[in-house]
Amino acid sequence: MRKMIIVSGLATAIGAGAVGLSMSEPVDDTLTIDGEKMITRTKAPEGHPLEEVLSGWLFRTDETRALEEDSFDNPGMLRVAEGETIWNTVEGSEGKSCGTCHDNAAESMKGVAAHYPKWDAADNRPIDIELQINKCRVERMGAEPYPFDKGGQKPLTAYIKRQSLGVPVSLDLSEGDMQSWWDRGKERYYERTGQLNFSCASCHEVNAGKYIRADHLSQGQVNGFPTYRLKQADLVSVHNRFRGCIRDTRAEYPKAFSDELMALEVYVTWRGSGLSVETPAVRQ
Amino acid sequence: MASAPKPRIKVPKTAKAGEVIVIKTLISHKMETGLAKDSDGNPIPREIINKFTCEFNGQPVYSTDLEPAISANPFFEFNAKVNESGTFKFTWVDDDGSIYEAEQDIVVE
Repeated sequence: MRKMIIVSGLATAIGAGAVGLSMSEPVDDTLTIDGEKMITRTKAPEGHPLEEVLSGWLFRTDETRALEEDSFDNPGMLRVAEGETIWNTVEGSEGKSCGTCHDNAAESMKGVAAHYPKWDAADNRPIDIELQINKCRVERMGAEPYPFDKGGQKPLTAYIKRQSLGVPVSLDLSEGDMQSWWDRGKERYYERTGQLNFSCASCHEVNAGKYIRADHLSQGQVNGFPTYRLKQADLVSVHNRFRGCIRDTRAEYPKAFSDELMALEVYVTWRGSGLSVETPAVRQ
Repeated sequence: MASAPKPRIKVPKTAKAGEVIVIKTLISHKMETGLAKDSDGNPIPREIINKFTCEFNGQPVYSTDLEPAISANPFFEFNAKVNESGTFKFTWVDDDGSIYEAEQDIVVE
């Protein structure tokens, strides 16, 4: 025990160069959810700094991985069921629910979320599922937009993304100005911030696979968001996670859906190209 | 938990005679302990599921009393040996007197 304390003290002293000392490979396992095989390991797209793109599922413990494999056991599915109720609930001045226009989500939303964030010409910026929901609420339903992480935002987003279960993530960067947002996101990904002077890449690219204290660092993929995190015992949205990560570098963190985080979402989503949508994934 | 408690069950549709099957159940419920206070400092009244039972063709299979320390959305997993075709019936009893029920048939070949 004494030896361990000395070793971890040393790691802190060395700092960013040695985030963790022990190395552990991701497991060699296949994820099957309700009989459908997920892509958790795939060749990286062209221009990707890594050779192989790996789902965060491969970095979790046996028990956590098993929770995701059975959608009855997956605690996130309760929130997905909540999202289904919201889908069919009429709200706003127009007397509409999501289902009024989009009918049966199992058909109309199949595969849709695998290609978000998407370019929004009217707003002249990329939007994600959360913002798309808010657009629909304001423009079509005459309802109030959901504030960040409030109301039905997380369950409804999870419900919509669940309809793309197994579909590989792919973004169309040729739409509008997507490429320049991707560039901006990339810049943010490698920018060191905070008192710890970490960039996203410090943990999720350079040190992915190693342990930072008790946490097995993954590649930081977002294909399973909103994710059920055991720590919070609830769904966690992607912008919440971004903010949490940036906060952990002891930096000031940007607002959710700000240009900075939307650009980061575009870039980080692209880094997971080819991975199956796993929403709601189960993580530590 | 905005929506009403909704029971969910997972029972195999078929089994061999004498097979031991796995049954999983989950009910969405806030399981309010009665110990918490709201933002004005007033106690939030206790409201939990206080009893859960499972019967097979009228015979008790599994029964438990729940206490306030049990977390929201109680999940039970247990085994049952099935010798004949029949119906599993699940019952959850709420503090407010509501009873939530679910049923599923199993065919024993």
